[in-house]
Amino acid sequence: MSDNKSNWPLWEVFVRSRQGLGHKHVGSLHACDAEMAIGNARDVYTRRQEGVSIWVVPADSITASSPSDSEALFDPANDKVYRHPTFYVLPDEVNHM
Amino acid sequence: MQALLRLGDDALVLGQRLGEWCGHAPALEEDIALTNIALDLIGQAQSYLTLAGTLDEDSPKTDDELAFLRTDKEFQNLLLVEQSNGDFGDTIARQFLFDKFALLRAEHIAQQAFDLDAAAVAAKAVKEIRYHADHSSKWILRLGDGTQESHSRIQQSLNNFWEFTGEMFAADEVDIAGAASGLLPDLSTMKVKWDSYINEILEKATLVRPEDGLMQTGGRKGVHTDELGIMLTEMQVLQRTHPGASW
Repeated sequence: MSDNKSNWPLWEVFVRSRQGLGHKHVGSLHACDAEMAIGNARDVYTRRQEGVSIWVVPADSITASSPSDSEALFDPANDKVYRHPTFYVLPDEVNHM
Repeated sequence: MQALLRLGDDALVLGQRLGEWCGHAPALEEDIALTNIALDLIGQAQSYLTLAGTLDEDSPKTDDELAFLRTDKEFQNLLLVEQSNGDFGDTIARQFLFDKFALLRAEHIAQQAFDLDAAAVAAKAVKEIRYHADHSSKWILRLGDGTQESHSRIQQSLNNFWEFTGEMFAADEVDIAGAASGLLPDLSTMKVKWDSYINEILEKATLVRPEDGLMQTGGRKGVHTDELGIMLTEMQVLQRTHPGASW
C-alpha cells in the first residue's frame, strides 16, 4: 500500500438503484483495494439511499472507445433507418404492437 | 437514566471528535467515511439523550440541553472516546478499540425487553456500528500489515490508547444495576468476546496486543482528561453564546 494518496488506484463505481434495474455507472473514486473501494463507494455514492447493490471495477480494466474512432464506429448507423421498428408500416390487422 | 446517558455521551463525544476530520482526512473518500460515521454516532446520541432526558422526572431535559448545557463533569462518556484525534492512525486505533465494545453493547440492548425504546434505538445502531467496525478493522489490517512505517505507527497508536480500554469493562453500580434489570450486558462476558475479536484482528494485522498496565478510569464519574473540556468549549460555544438559538 502506498503512503501517497495520489497513488491509490482509480475505481469506477456502478450502483443498482432498485431490484430489477441494471447497475448504472455513477462515478469514480480512489481506494487502495477492492474492499475499500466498496466501502468508499457506499459512503460517497449511496448516502441518500441511492442503491441496493454496488459494483466496483478497476478503472484501468475498462477499455473505452476512442473519440477519434467515433465516425467509423457510429456514423454508419445514421442512414439505416430500417433498423428501427418504426420504419415498418404494420397492416391494420396487427393490433397492440 | 444513567445508563442511557452514558450510551448517548459515548456516541456524542466520539461523533464530535470524528466530525473534526471534516475537510482534513487524508483522502476525500475517507473524509466522507469518517464524517458519515460521525453522523451515525450523533444520530444515536440524539436518540439516547432524548430518552435519557425524559426519564429525569424532576426536570425533564431535551437532547440539546443535555448535549450543549452540561459541563465536562456532567458528561459520563468513556475517556477513550474523548481523546483527541491525533493522526489518522490514532483515530483508527481509537475507533477500532471502541467499535466492538459499542457493537456488543448495542446488540444486547437491541435484544432486551426491559426498555423497548432503547431497544429500538439500539437495533438501528447495530446496523450502523457493524459498518463502523468493518471500516476500522480493515484499516487496522491495512496499516498493521502495510509498510514498515504504517506498522510501527499504528502499533504505537494502539499502545497509547490501551490504558483507556480497561474502563470499558470496569463495571460500577450503574453497570451492575443495568445488567440486573436486563438493559445492559454483563461486562465480564462481553470482555471475553471483545478480547477474542481484538486478538484475532491484531494477529491478522501482524500487530502485538499491548500489555495490560494501569488502566485510566473516571469518565463514568465525570472525572475527565483535559481533552474533553477543550472539545466541549468548541462544541457548545453557540448555545453558550446565544442561549436557545435554533435553526
